[in-house]
Amino acid sequence: MFKRSAQDDRRPVHIVVDGVAVEAREGDTVSAALLASGRDVRRATAVSGAPRLPYCMMGVCFDCLVTIDGVGNRQGCLVPVAEGMQIDIQKGKREIGR
Amino acid sequence: MNAAPKRDSYDVVVIGAGPAGLAAAATAAEAGLSTLLLDENAGPGGQVWRAIASTPVTERSYLGADYWTGASLVDEVRSGGAEIIQRATVWSLDRNLEIGVSVGGASSFVKARRVILATGALERPFPIPGWTLPGVMSAGAAQTMLKSSGLVPDGKTVIAGQGPLLWLLAAQILRLGGRIDRILDTTERRNYLSALPHAFAFLTSRYFAKGLAMMREVRAKVPVVTGVSELAAAGDGQLATVTYAAGGRRETIPAELLLLHQGVVPNVNLAMAAGIEHRWDDRQLCWSPVLDPDGNTSVQGIAIAGDGAGIGGAEAAVVRGRIAARAAVDALAPAAAGKLAPMATLRASLAKAERGRAFLDTLFRPAPQFRIPSGDTIVCRCEEVTARDILDAVAIGATGPNQLKAYRRTGMGPCQGRLCGLTVTELMAQARGKTAQEIGYYRLRSPVKPITLAELAAMPKTETDVSAVVRG
Repeated sequence: MFKRSAQDDRRPVHIVVDGVAVEAREGDTVSAALLASGRDVRRATAVSGAPRLPYCMMGVCFDCLVTIDGVGNRQGCLVPVAEGMQIDIQKGKREIGR
Repeated sequence: MNAAPKRDSYDVVVIGAGPAGLAAAATAAEAGLSTLLLDENAGPGGQVWRAIASTPVTERSYLGADYWTGASLVDEVRSGGAEIIQRATVWSLDRNLEIGVSVGGASSFVKARRVILATGALERPFPIPGWTLPGVMSAGAAQTMLKSSGLVPDGKTVIAGQGPLLWLLAAQILRLGGRIDRILDTTERRNYLSALPHAFAFLTSRYFAKGLAMMREVRAKVPVVTGVSELAAAGDGQLATVTYAAGGRRETIPAELLLLHQGVVPNVNLAMAAGIEHRWDDRQLCWSPVLDPDGNTSVQGIAIAGDGAGIGGAEAAVVRGRIAARAAVDALAPAAAGKLAPMATLRASLAKAERGRAFLDTLFRPAPQFRIPSGDTIVCRCEEVTARDILDAVAIGATGPNQLKAYRRTGMGPCQGRLCGLTVTELMAQARGKTAQEIGYYRLRSPVKPITLAELAAMPKTETDVSAVVRG
């Protein structure tokens, strides 16, 4: 869906998405890194389980909700990636404690 | 850059580090006022100058000269005396000018003598069939990824909608080697006629030549269909096709990515939650705060600058930021105002920057069918409520957006109405034969962004706070 520009020479940052190593770039948000990864990163909504991807990428639509380092319902479009960050794609609604 | 506020009170707290917020913070700090600038993003710039201090797109002509004008203002703020906190989420503001802010997972309250809200704009909802499918995004989303991560579309891509940002985005994608298969222009043909009375101001504004050059650049490379009057996305769990009608002709084309845009509207959540009076703006078709010429709101001590004050664009936002800050200086430290640009000069600059806006508003007024959906098109993305659901609720007695919450939970999901509020107002107004002003908007409340209960509970408490709720 998206490709990186040839001009982009930012340093790589390694994150883990659903247990699989993914290379992002320094300064990527979690959502941008997920969309650039080419993987199926669709979440399933809490209401009907419908598949979604980020819509606005600026913090207003909440369609980028993702579990980051064990904390659920984070806005992936507002959180920059960090080395070793553990990302889990959310399927359905959260449960207490996760 | 990512620590809690250093003090518990400031002369001026500016919320949002886009064009208006940066200008306001720079001006207030220059006059020697203690100034705090809070911003939700990783770096300053807001949306229009997104990632200006970190973009990987180093070839300056790709993003364009207007983008880079933000760099000097960022330098001005950073070298001035304002305290700047990025990744700070403001979730509360009240009449006592107390601000609840979350930084790095911990919240605190700061007091201000003056608050300048510069929370900017968001893209108008574009509720067409299939707009919740993966692969359908807003044009602004694609532009954010382009600016901050150098990402461009590389599969079959369709851009649909209208307005200056759409053409700018298309030009930027093409310059970076991205792919656009087709542009579907939804501008209503009759708008050209109604915009005519405003044409002189526009033709003599700086938008005209720039806009024309950009459209020419894009049209040379991408097929553009004008007069698009119907639009739908379809696919099984993922966008597969886009169907449109134009000039009596209907076509379905394959697409992996559909980027939608029909202008921007003020981001009202924090301002409304603070109790600031807003009115329906018939020309811009959105809620705008009621302001005096200095940007002061109906709540004493809170001003609004930038697109949150009514859409005016980046250049106007910078001037509005300086006007609001100058007014704060006049009130708090009149002796220091002498070193700032005179108010008369600022007002003249504002008039110049706002020139041509009426033309753009009229020409790019979104068509009714793209604002007021029907049938099973989703209106509220969070709670997955359709247009039919809302009309059914109206039929059995829902009178306005707040009653509708009890019927269907619209606006009660995590986005707090940001992606459905305008649609709900206009849809209910049409169904009930009322004006948008009569129908009104969601009653917004803090927290305007979600924070965890644990974070709220961990906030510093005074003895009075505790004794107010603890028995015995």
